[in-house]
Order: sequence, then C-alpha cells, then structure tokens
Amino acid sequence: MSEKIKAPKEPLFSKKNKRLVTEPLDDNNPVTLQVLGICSALAITVSIEQALIMTAAVFFVLGLGNVIISLLRNSIPSRIRIIVQLVVVAALVIIVDELLKAFLPDPAEKLSVFVGLIITNCIIMGRFEAFAMANKPWPSFLDAVGNTLGYGMILVIVSVIREILGAGKFFGFELFGDRIKGTGLYEYGYMDNNFIILAPFALFAVALIIWVQRARNKSLIEEH
Amino acid sequence: MAANKDKNGYTFLFAIIMVIVVGSGLAIVSSLTKPYQIKNLEVKKKMDILNALKVKQVVGSDTLDISRKNAVELYAQYVDDSKCLVLDSEGNVIEGKVAFDIDIQKQYKNKKLDPADRDFPLYVATIEGSIKYVIPVVGSGLWGPIWGYIAIDEDKSSIYGAQFDHKTETPGLGAEIKQSFFYDQYDEESITLNGQYKKIKVVKDGSGAEEFRVDGITGGTITSKGVEEMVDRTIQVYVKYFNK
Repeated sequence: MSEKIKAPKEPLFSKKNKRLVTEPLDDNNPVTLQVLGICSALAITVSIEQALIMTAAVFFVLGLGNVIISLLRNSIPSRIRIIVQLVVVAALVIIVDELLKAFLPDPAEKLSVFVGLIITNCIIMGRFEAFAMANKPWPSFLDAVGNTLGYGMILVIVSVIREILGAGKFFGFELFGDRIKGTGLYEYGYMDNNFIILAPFALFAVALIIWVQRARNKSLIEEH
Repeated sequence: MAANKDKNGYTFLFAIIMVIVVGSGLAIVSSLTKPYQIKNLEVKKKMDILNALKVKQVVGSDTLDISRKNAVELYAQYVDDSKCLVLDSEGNVIEGKVAFDIDIQKQYKNKKLDPADRDFPLYVATIEGSIKYVIPVVGSGLWGPIWGYIAIDEDKSSIYGAQFDHKTETPGLGAEIKQSFFYDQYDEESITLNGQYKKIKVVKDGSGAEEFRVDGITGGTITSKGVEEMVDRTIQVYVKYFNK
C-alpha cells in the first residue's frame, strides 16, 4: 500500500491516481474496512441532509488539510508532526464551524457539536499521517476526494435507511403521509420505528453494509 | 535539510510561525463571519419568542411553522417593540433600555454582576386582540446553559405557552426539554395563587397533571431541576411587576 509516486511527470489522471479515488469507495473504504469515522456515522445519519452537509464539511477539512500537510511535508519537524497535523485539522474545523453558523444556521444547529467533533474523526488524522506526509499535493488531494466519497457514501446509505424507516421521510419529504395528523399509511396503523432513529441502529446498518461488502468480495475477509 | 530539521531551534521556530499564521487566520475568519452569526442569532431569538407564543403563519389554507424565512416579518406583526419593557429585580420598569438588545445569558454568566443588578426584559405581544407577555428565562443544566421563553396570558397569572432549549444537554435525556411533550406541560399552569406567586415544581413521582406541577424527564433529573430553578427564579421577579 505504501507505493511512493516517483515518476517525474505523471498524467493528472494516471491509473495510479484514479485508484486513489476509487479504492476507498469499495475495497478500502475508510468506514467499513478501516472502521474509522464510525462515531459521526452513528450520530448524524438520522437525515440525508445532515449526512450530506457532514460529508461536505469533512471534504473541506480533509481536502484542504491533505494539501496543506503535503505541501509542508518536507519542512514539518518530525518530532512535532502530530501536533502540526492536529493544529491544521483544528483550524480548518473551526473555519467550517464559523462558516456554517454564518451561512447555514439551521443545519449548523442540528449538527451542533458534531462539526467540532470532526477534529476527532480518525479518517482525517489517519490520511494526514499515512498519505499526505509521504505524497505530493495532487495525489494527496485525490486521496482526500476518494476517502471523503467513501465516507460520505456509507453515511448516505445509512441515513437513507434511517430516514425512511425511522422518520417516514426521504430528504424531508413525507413518504407515507403525515404522522401527526394520521393520514396516508398511518391511517392504517403504520408506525415509524423509533429504534431506527436511535444511534445504536446505525451500528447495525454499518454492520449490514460490511456483511454485504464481504459477501461480495471474499478477499476482504480478514484471516484470524 | 534533514539534519537541520532535528534541531530544537528549527522545531521552535516552526511552532511559533505556525501558531502566528493559524491564530491570525482564525481571527480574520471569525471577525468576517461575526456580523452574519449575530444576525442569525437575532432571527433565532425571534423564532423562539414566536414559538412560545404558539404563532403559526397562515398562507391560504396552509399553516406554516415558524422558520428563519418568516420569523422577522411575523415578529414585527405580533410583537410591538415600543411596548416591550425592561425591569429591575424588584419589578420596577427601567426607562431607556431596549428589551431585545439585552443579553440575559451574558448577564447570567457574569459572576461579577450581582444577581440583583440583572435586567429582566419583558416582551409584549398582541395575538388576536389579546395581550401576551413573553418572559425570557436562563439557567444551568447538567453540562451547560439552558434557556427558554415563557408566554404569560392576558390575566397575568397563567402560562399561555413555553419553549425551552439547551446547548449541550445529553441527547435522549436532558436534551428532551426542547421537545413539545415536555414544554407543553407548562401550558395553562398558573404562576400565582390568590395573587401570590407560587412555584411550579418539576416532580419525579408522576403527579405532573396536578396544578403547579409538571413531570420531570426520566434520566434528566439535573436538567429538569435546572428548568424548575430558572423558571422559579425568573417568574418571581415578573410577578412583582404584574402585581403593581
């Protein structure tokens, strides 16, 4: 996995670079295979909108952070490199938080502390340390794109399941009628499953995805 | 360059430059976004006041909930800023202060400010010809601040509507104070008995249906007690004013 890009001139979208984007989507997904970033996958996947905004925020932090770390990789003193990485994450997260509060107040309110908790999203520190410290800016950026997409994909799948079955909605649109007024399906006794709204269900949903993924591709199953 | 990087001097220099660059960058972002954030908070405050007043927007045959889009317009329609008052802790009107501009959370947090010197804003709204008084309350939950707005009916002795919110209470437990099943219990509760102030208790024994009692939240005792305390402490002051 630790292949270094040494070729002096490489096309922007060489095979190797393309793999940086596509691998984290499936065979090396940060959530289901590396089991990173689970905390936010549990917390903010109750609605698709929140999942998308979270993904965008993580993309901003990881994309910019990976490029910054990659540009500085030869000048960061190795003894304090973790501190430097933390400062970069923290600064970017604060910027995202301020921007959300200023321009998207409603989603910012719903995500509340979880925006701040992007700092502790292990995917970000993991990519800084494992990839950006050893690679040029462009591959680092692609690595960020791939990992965010992989992360966001799982978030969206989980949130689709949870929003439809838990709240009877898709993207805020009421699928089965009005729950409070009791119209549509609710008239015939249909009930939303409250358990699905609670955080533990997200674990089950992520586990189901892991199961499907490993059933499809047996080589992903770890040997013990 | 590699040998150079291991020197202490280089490490310190790097750290110092990093802190200066990051610090000033964040300061710039913060000051640029501040005006927008303040405006959002003001709109949010108007939304909370309108929600305590149970105002809904009626467009044709639809009723819309209060949102950031309609809050400013509806607030101007229902709440008359010129009638809003600021009281002192004895219930006397202080002239020359604007109710909406008073940040009671800041005053509550300010340890140097004597509680007797706090300001008590009172919002006056007119809904379908009847006058309602909206009282902002602020207190402490388990982890951080909790606050809310309580609308008092025209008779000055019963609650018309209430609304609570919190910053960092535990989801599923203390955070439930912002759900309607909790704050709706305050509707039609009395705040006075025979003209004298009487405390509304938040109880654990399920007797919340009785007068002057509301049921607390299971597992959210400290937050529930915080609500009881802030409502009790604040409403007392306003009863002094109402009784004048």
